[in-house]
Amino acid sequence: MQQIPVILVRHLVKKFGTFVANDDLTFDVFKGEVFGFLGANGAGKTTAMRILCGLSRPTSGELRVDGLDVHKQAEAIKKRIGYMSQKFSLYKDLTVYENMRLFGGIYGLSLHDLKSRIDQLLGQLDLRKQRDTLIADLPLGWQQKLAFSVAILHHPSIVFLDEPTAGVDPFTRRQFWELIYKAAYEGITVFVTTHYMDEAEYCDRVSIMSEGKIVALDKPAALKKHYGVGSMNEVFLRIARSEEEADSR
Amino acid sequence: MKCFCESQGVRKKQIVDSIQTFGAKTLHRLLAFIHKEFLHIIRDPRTLVILFGIPAAQILIFGYVISMDIREVQIAVVDLSRDTISRQLIHKFDASNYFRVSHMLNSVNEVEKILKSGSVKEVLVFESGFGTRFMREGEAMMGLIVDTSEPNTGRLVASYSEALIADFNRELAMAGRLKIVPAVRMLYNPALQNEYMFVPGLMTLILMLICALMTSITITREKEFGSMEVLLVSPLRPMQIILGKVAPYLLLAFGDVLLILAMANFVFGLPVKGSLMLLLLESVLYIGLALSLGILISTVSKTMQQAMFISLIGLMLPSILLSGFIFPLENMPLFYQIISLILPPRWFIIIVKNIMLKGTGFRFVWKETLVLIVMTAIFISISAKKFKIRLE
Amino acid sequence: MIQAEHLCKNFASVTALADISFSVSEGELFGFIGPDGAGKTTLFRLLATLMRPDSGAATLSGYDVVKDYKQLRLITGYMPGRFSLYHDLTVEENLRFHAAVFGATVEENYELIKDIYSHIEPFKKRLAGRLSGGMKQKLALSCALIHAPTVLLLDEPTTGVDAVSRMEFWQMLKNLQSHGITILVSTPYMDEAGLCDRVALLQDGQILSIDSPARIVARFDKKLWAVQSDDKHMLIERLRSYRPIESVFAFGDSVHITTVNDELDETELVHFLTAQTEEIHITTIKPNIEDCFLRLMRKN
Repeated sequence: MQQIPVILVRHLVKKFGTFVANDDLTFDVFKGEVFGFLGANGAGKTTAMRILCGLSRPTSGELRVDGLDVHKQAEAIKKRIGYMSQKFSLYKDLTVYENMRLFGGIYGLSLHDLKSRIDQLLGQLDLRKQRDTLIADLPLGWQQKLAFSVAILHHPSIVFLDEPTAGVDPFTRRQFWELIYKAAYEGITVFVTTHYMDEAEYCDRVSIMSEGKIVALDKPAALKKHYGVGSMNEVFLRIARSEEEADSR
Repeated sequence: MKCFCESQGVRKKQIVDSIQTFGAKTLHRLLAFIHKEFLHIIRDPRTLVILFGIPAAQILIFGYVISMDIREVQIAVVDLSRDTISRQLIHKFDASNYFRVSHMLNSVNEVEKILKSGSVKEVLVFESGFGTRFMREGEAMMGLIVDTSEPNTGRLVASYSEALIADFNRELAMAGRLKIVPAVRMLYNPALQNEYMFVPGLMTLILMLICALMTSITITREKEFGSMEVLLVSPLRPMQIILGKVAPYLLLAFGDVLLILAMANFVFGLPVKGSLMLLLLESVLYIGLALSLGILISTVSKTMQQAMFISLIGLMLPSILLSGFIFPLENMPLFYQIISLILPPRWFIIIVKNIMLKGTGFRFVWKETLVLIVMTAIFISISAKKFKIRLE
Repeated sequence: MIQAEHLCKNFASVTALADISFSVSEGELFGFIGPDGAGKTTLFRLLATLMRPDSGAATLSGYDVVKDYKQLRLITGYMPGRFSLYHDLTVEENLRFHAAVFGATVEENYELIKDIYSHIEPFKKRLAGRLSGGMKQKLALSCALIHAPTVLLLDEPTTGVDAVSRMEFWQMLKNLQSHGITILVSTPYMDEAGLCDRVALLQDGQILSIDSPARIVARFDKKLWAVQSDDKHMLIERLRSYRPIESVFAFGDSVHITTVNDELDETELVHFLTAQTEEIHITTIKPNIEDCFLRLMRKN
């Protein structure tokens, strides 16, 4: 794999008053990589992700997203990223086509491009027949897949996913990961935040955050080997336990 | 294993017992529930502001729009007598802080014109021969013509004028037994339609707002946060849930009644003319009515937003417009008058006005009271029917 | 202890539960495993007497969920999907409120919740809204237990909670079993199936399989291989075009495959794949619950 850093973070610090949400984060995410950004609730994942999306300003540190400086070019960054949250993805009271048009339009696709992209996507997802169906009337799994496709409709450099497959049935989940792998294969960097360790198993590399710091960063297989355990869940438990011991000392 | 079975048996017996002693525990549960509701209210300062800050602010704002004191009110004088006594009295008016003589009129015919123009609030009229009659008979009449289109100011102007004249009389009385008798005439609003109407009006609206809006919101909030599920699966009866939700607001709304009445009395000097007890009882009835409306709204709305929308648009707006608080009912088209008949505030305003401002007793409000009682009964029975013991 | 027969429930045109039957014995830790929309929440609401089935019947401890809902509400502890705590009340106030509502006191049943509540007791003056996900979960469980129920109905108690809290939570459930409490728990996470005595795999309102996790896995009727390679997209594409293959599913850092006739010529497959990708590892593996779930879904 070519190692072109698409996200470059050096000494990122984010403080809220005296509370340090991100404490000196340094990491790279490479082009076409599926990067897992893990940690318990409140570990600082969301804060860091917001900063990378240009939604929040870092207190200090050097950050580049797709070559753009987060401090100076936050607005430009927003055009090059896609985002899919677990809670909200598509407007349920709009049809499949209306949603695609809306989000394509928001990201500045021309009507011509949009039409061909939408047609192509509908074909890929086998949703041609459902073009004028309300999102609310689609099965949950389809909604999820569609949401992902819409998030990468404008071919962003990076797509941010928040717990993308939590609660999805095993079959749809596989289909979803296949979509992610495909996007990565096509050169889109996939940045997955989750606190569900099973999702971490699917990532190329993962970082684990705890109390504002990155405490581990490697391939899942390497982490499992390092801790001598069989799953990312156990890796996480090991790390949490050693953190706890460090705290009590 | 035997021991285990026994403990199960004991537990079953406990369950049976607890069903039997349900009545005894009911009160305890209800109190716990009410306690929880109070905690919700106390924890959210915004609720307290809505509950007490807004009523107090409203009363003050409405109250101070009405002038409470008079200063340098411009008056006109028709002095056909032109003697020392009349001049002394005119001078006394002019020298006081309350009045300033701005116009000297030549004839009584000009009085109406200048009052209508609004440039003066009062005209003093001394007829020709005022001074001579005064000296000869020791008593003379003079006229005070007051513009009462703003009733409060008008009344103040009249009473301050009378006080000045009384004062003048005392000074004269030292010299001998002489007396000027003022004849006061009110123009434009002789019945002195009370501008303190805002107190009953505000009380009616504020109670409706607090009770209906707040209860419907607090019940739908439990639905929205999912805690209603837990309440429903608990042994609490629907009636207990409703009572527990409503009781704190009943108390707080009653507190608002006291607050409004106290402010009316101490800030504006507007006492309850009739029976305070009767007024409080009527208020409790009305609060009950508004609360049952709130419950009714909560049974038909799933979210706080819906509840708020129904309360404000469906209830508050017609209450403000059609209760007779702002727009007099008599002047409305028949259609609106008929609609206003089903609005509880319309009836309660009459009750408060009668007891508080006119000082009438129950004999004069029993019909309105009956209407409120019937409405309450209807709302309560509908909401009891609609309140579900399950989630469906 | 719990008997459900032919439970059906529809919402407008949507079938939430289609003919669900199962039984749970006393003191069992029983799990309903299934994705969102499988009918878990509807089922739990039926059992918690919050809804009535369209047809079918269920009894808990001999009490019917429709007719005897009053008695049932006294003996069940129910924890709905979103921890329905009052965020503006403190930890302690939440607990006391739940106790009082059931006519119990915190003191008389403290022993039962001690293991759980002691984790959050140091924060008892804190508002529940300020607790972390794991602490909220513990408080919600304490509240569901405080009236000493004989049956616990826990609807997705571990959703949205971090790995450490999840592990602690399951440990607590095991401890509660020793008090003789029957526990029904639902979860969308397949990896939690192994922690239950028995599980029902739920999909589209139907039970795919119901048994102990070990026996469900033992019933998997195919040979299973895991294939690993760096480029997963190409690997999956290529595997799909390999004729003997029956199913191809991504599983973490590998891809699980079955073949039509349960035979696999590994060298041939490696040869077939290396045209596209570099390093290939193939190993035979034992299925897990998720493999079984996928297989059962396919059969349906």
